[in-house]
Amino acid sequence: MATYSIKEAKAAPSSSKGIFFWLKENLFPDVKNSLLTLVGMYFVYLTIPPLLNWMIFDATWSGTQAEIVKEGARWIFIIEKFDQFMYGFYPEALHWRPNLVLFITFAFLASFKLVSNLKVKIAFMLLYPVVCFLLISGGWFGLETVETEKWGGLMLTLVVAAVGIIASFPLGIVLALGRQSDMPIVKTLCVGFIEFIRGVPLITILFMASVVLPLFFSDGIDFDKLLRALIGITLFQAAYIAEVVRGGLQAIPKGQYEAAKSLGLGYWQGMILIILPQALKISIPNLVGSFISLFKDTTLVLIIGLFDILAMVTLTNSDTSWLGYEIEGYVFVTLIYWVICFSMSQYSKAVERKFNTEH
Amino acid sequence: MKLTKIALLCGLAALVPNLANADTLSEVIKKGTLNCGVSTGIPGFSATDSKGVWKGIDVDFCRAVASAVLGDGSKVKYIPLTAKERFTALQSGEIDVLARSSTWTATRDTSLGLNFAGVNYYDGQGFLISKKLGVSSAKELDGATFCIQAGTTSELNLTDYFKANKMEYKAVTYDTSGQTIDGFKKGRCDAVTSDASQLYGLKLKMDDPKSVMVLPEIISKEPLGPVVRQGDDTWFNIVKWTMYATLEAEELGVNAANVDKMLKSDNPSVKRLLGVSGKAGENLGLNADWAYQIVKNVGNYGESFDKHVGKDSPLNISRGLNNLWNNGGLMYSMPVR
Repeated sequence: MATYSIKEAKAAPSSSKGIFFWLKENLFPDVKNSLLTLVGMYFVYLTIPPLLNWMIFDATWSGTQAEIVKEGARWIFIIEKFDQFMYGFYPEALHWRPNLVLFITFAFLASFKLVSNLKVKIAFMLLYPVVCFLLISGGWFGLETVETEKWGGLMLTLVVAAVGIIASFPLGIVLALGRQSDMPIVKTLCVGFIEFIRGVPLITILFMASVVLPLFFSDGIDFDKLLRALIGITLFQAAYIAEVVRGGLQAIPKGQYEAAKSLGLGYWQGMILIILPQALKISIPNLVGSFISLFKDTTLVLIIGLFDILAMVTLTNSDTSWLGYEIEGYVFVTLIYWVICFSMSQYSKAVERKFNTEH
Repeated sequence: MKLTKIALLCGLAALVPNLANADTLSEVIKKGTLNCGVSTGIPGFSATDSKGVWKGIDVDFCRAVASAVLGDGSKVKYIPLTAKERFTALQSGEIDVLARSSTWTATRDTSLGLNFAGVNYYDGQGFLISKKLGVSSAKELDGATFCIQAGTTSELNLTDYFKANKMEYKAVTYDTSGQTIDGFKKGRCDAVTSDASQLYGLKLKMDDPKSVMVLPEIISKEPLGPVVRQGDDTWFNIVKWTMYATLEAEELGVNAANVDKMLKSDNPSVKRLLGVSGKAGENLGLNADWAYQIVKNVGNYGESFDKHVGKDSPLNISRGLNNLWNNGGLMYSMPVR
């Protein structure tokens, strides 16, 4: 009887491993691809080294304006104006309040995974915006009031985006359900609202909110400008969320609705327990997509004289002692936007993975 | 039919803008702060420094009004406004006075329900040229190439000026003001044209500010001044005379440093201005020391000009038309008597 001994696996031949193999396989497999690689490398050589030189190696990181000798970016401008970019005109002594809110936000996002009790989760969700608002605006528990005129910079951008996202989400779901409703009045109202809002640009809504609305208020009612903008943005975003959620609702097979009914669940029970969890799950990529685009749309508030982080570039560049630093300002703001949007999309990927129940 | 008419009228009535009420002075005193509309960043006029404090000659005007009315130049709430919303903010009562380098024109003065209370800066369209052209007057610019922002009044003014002087120019047109300046920076053209007050800011943004210069010619009239709502003459008078008081103080040599000493001056004009004699303050509905407070808190017009746009600021704009009338400019205060 022949016995079989397991042979040791041979190492891959030296011609199919190592850096040279990888290079040949991926970058220089044939003449055409080799040429493309060379052109690409030349392009990288043309752009990346000068960019790095400008941003890092030749940049001025400290000192005063008079000491600038290098050709590169003058980051001292950003350092000098950093507080304004971050907090706007928020009083310096009170910067800890927005900082604390940021910390709470991260703690909130992190703890959300750990807590499993649904009631606690909902209580968290309802408490979070209230606590944040009270902390930033003050006027309670002996905290000094900070008027919204003083809010600005990245803080304002985040406030506008967060309020837009948090407030428009439930409103959008209600609108989506209303649009599918059998009740004609509800349906007409929802369809009318969604189509009207989607038919006008955000900039129009902001102008209406900031320029036209105040003319109709009676005297003495000082309706906060930021609040007006927030309401406009929330309504605008809700219409888009409604359409995204409707897409999710329509993707749910009819059998699911019937199954909910046959279990004896009423409309709201069926929706909350059966339909919406599935519909929202498939909508996650689109929802996050529209949240990211909302985050970028918030820059439009600069046309109604609110100083978000982008508007700060212009304002800080009007200081007669610091003229001509637009490029540094815009590059800095671009980086911040990229970091935040990229984090949002990564977070959404994680959420998608978490809810993935497919086998 | 009648019913439809009534319904229509009601609808219209609801649409008519709700102009804010007439007694701005007592409202400001009640609030304890002046709501002042400023720009979202114009160098030298209204902008913030590194600490986030508003500075500029328009900002100084806000502070002057607050000093006259409330006796404290710091009691101002600055409301930054874009060019599009500035007049509505005033009409709706969101702000009490607008100091946002707004050009005084007939249309704005007559059709918006607003009144211009004076001129705090005589601006006009000027030329920024590179020195290598070797010219010292706009009259020598025949054949020069201009970077122009398409569709602006600056473009129309330029065409008119060149036609009137029987000269020609070549145009390189851009969409935004940023691109226009960039074109000039990169040497695509010999000159750019814009409001003179802006040109000095642009000059500082050049890689080498010494390689360019602003020509002395001004080819259009852009009188910039504070604006108030129409129909509140008491308030209009206060804002108007605040402007005059800063000019009168400069003319009489009263400034922030010597104003306390000047209270003992024998000059009857100084006495009347500072409220030692006469009833100027009372007639305006203010305290007798209204002008004293302005000069004490903010300084006279010349001090404010030098500090923010003139010789003590990086902009270094010469007084020119903004000098006092007895120094060859247009700034002229009605006598405080």
